[in-house]
Amino acid sequence: MLRRRFIGAIPVLLGISLLVFFLMHIAPGDPISLLLGDDATEAEIQRTRHEWGLDQPILVQYWEFLSHAVRGDFGKSLKFGEPVTKLVFERLPATCELALSSLLVAILISIPIGVYSAIKHDSLLDHAGMGLALVGVSLPNFWLGIMLIYFLGGQFNLFPVAGRIEYGIQLETITRLYLVDSLITGNFPAFWSAVQHLFMPAITLGTSLAAIVTRITRSSILEVMRQDYITTARAKGLSERAVIWRHILRNAMITIITILGLQLGALLNGAVITETVFSFPGIGDLLIQAISVRDYKLAQGLIFFFAFIYFAVNLLVDLLYMLVDPRIKL
Amino acid sequence: MARMRYLKIWVGGAILSLLLVCGLAAPFLTPYDPQEQRLEHRLRPPSLGGQGFGPHWLGTDNLGRDILSRIIYGSRISLLVGATTVVLAGFMGCFLGALAGYFGDLTDEVISKISEIFLAFPFLLLAIALMAFLGQGLLNLILALMLTRWVQYCRVVRGEVLSLKERDFVVAARALGGRDFYILFRHVVPNTLASVTVIATFAMAIVIIAEASLSFLGLGVPPSIPTWGSMLSEGRSYMYRAPWLTIFPGIAIFVTVFGINLLGDGLRDILDPKLRGQR
Repeated sequence: MLRRRFIGAIPVLLGISLLVFFLMHIAPGDPISLLLGDDATEAEIQRTRHEWGLDQPILVQYWEFLSHAVRGDFGKSLKFGEPVTKLVFERLPATCELALSSLLVAILISIPIGVYSAIKHDSLLDHAGMGLALVGVSLPNFWLGIMLIYFLGGQFNLFPVAGRIEYGIQLETITRLYLVDSLITGNFPAFWSAVQHLFMPAITLGTSLAAIVTRITRSSILEVMRQDYITTARAKGLSERAVIWRHILRNAMITIITILGLQLGALLNGAVITETVFSFPGIGDLLIQAISVRDYKLAQGLIFFFAFIYFAVNLLVDLLYMLVDPRIKL
Repeated sequence: MARMRYLKIWVGGAILSLLLVCGLAAPFLTPYDPQEQRLEHRLRPPSLGGQGFGPHWLGTDNLGRDILSRIIYGSRISLLVGATTVVLAGFMGCFLGALAGYFGDLTDEVISKISEIFLAFPFLLLAIALMAFLGQGLLNLILALMLTRWVQYCRVVRGEVLSLKERDFVVAARALGGRDFYILFRHVVPNTLASVTVIATFAMAIVIIAEASLSFLGLGVPPSIPTWGSMLSEGRSYMYRAPWLTIFPGIAIFVTVFGINLLGDGLRDILDPKLRGQR
């Protein structure tokens, strides 16, 4: 079963590479002329085209792209003059830190509301909780970010509005995850500064995820509550607390954890916007920078990287799901 | 509970209808031309008029343009992009999903693999990538969003068709000599419309936020056309001096998306009870 799943992933990965490769070729006009601008001479255009291999037949170009991509080589960024992979790995920890903090925010908000709404379903509090979730999914996260910057950052001056750490604070980087590095090195001013810088972006990104997870938590719990074994547990005379904690929550959690894993895509989507709003130096912010200066190589590498992470995590969640619940066959 | 469902549909429908009317009747409703620049009135706060200038209920921007007029005109783009994308993606996804589900075998394999490739990209990211390479423009925007949204319809319709094609009425139609395409589009696909309507409603809310996000990033329609996302992006530079530039377009996006989600919630509860409580 596992082998089938992995073999099935190969054509999808090839398709991803094909789509990413052809993105650059659907651009209207010549990307090299667009990149070099109107002042470039014909010789310069030809030279760059040759350097990029764009004077080769399209299939040769695709093969070159693919054979380099499997080795993690996406070429050099034109803006930064450094290998794309190096830039991605430099910025990735910031995005991971943001995504994980947002996940934590989402869990802290959604699980209690979702559980409570399901247990007290059809009550006023349930409707209020679901109304709140509806508000959460309807809030555009970039607007929420701007409003947080205006009110919490500007009007009340509670949190810094940009970056990852206060300018001037020295931090020895080991993992590039600032929260982890500051704890490892015992640098508490750096830790506090990193927490403050992460607060508003994590709330911005975590809110819409929290709204989705609240609804799923509620529906998963309601589903479990309708099962016969819950009736049996109650009939045995178990206390309501024991039924909820030992039987309902434990079974509903499988679905909730899976959904949390699958929401990584939503976090990656949101990270691009959130990082741009807060000038948070992650790979989402890097992608928008690459696009704005037409750094096609960097953009291509980043898009491939995003798709690869998303695909790999979804595959991993599927496999974990199968391990946790052996009834599920993929 | 039933009353609650209808209330959601009524409130959501009312919000959406109001926005549609605003969008369609924009030239008659707006107090000013949305493009008219009056630098002497730049960055005026919301006011009912007086002190030598007319009323600007939601204030003016850095070029003296009326925010209310621009928001009303902006609704046109949001609704146009939202509705067109949802319809086009719906047609594409339903068609391919129906073919995959009904014919199975190689057709199903190919369509499923293509949809898996598209699903491998976080959808907004794919839209950002497509817009970055296609360039700004209304048609490109609709195309990019359509290419990222058809998969959801395809998957759901495929699943439903897989189950519907085994039902007695399809077997009967086949026994009476009905051709495959006739049976598929006359008998099978119409039975998936309830689910498709629910997906389409939620998809419209997602597309409107995506359009605003792309415009905010400068990857949507050209800057000459007022959109809520581009208004937010322009307003950011004056956030502390003129917060109304960012507050009101954001409220417009929120109210629209909230109304559509409310409508979607109500429709789902009535049309597709299996999906109740999910999103």
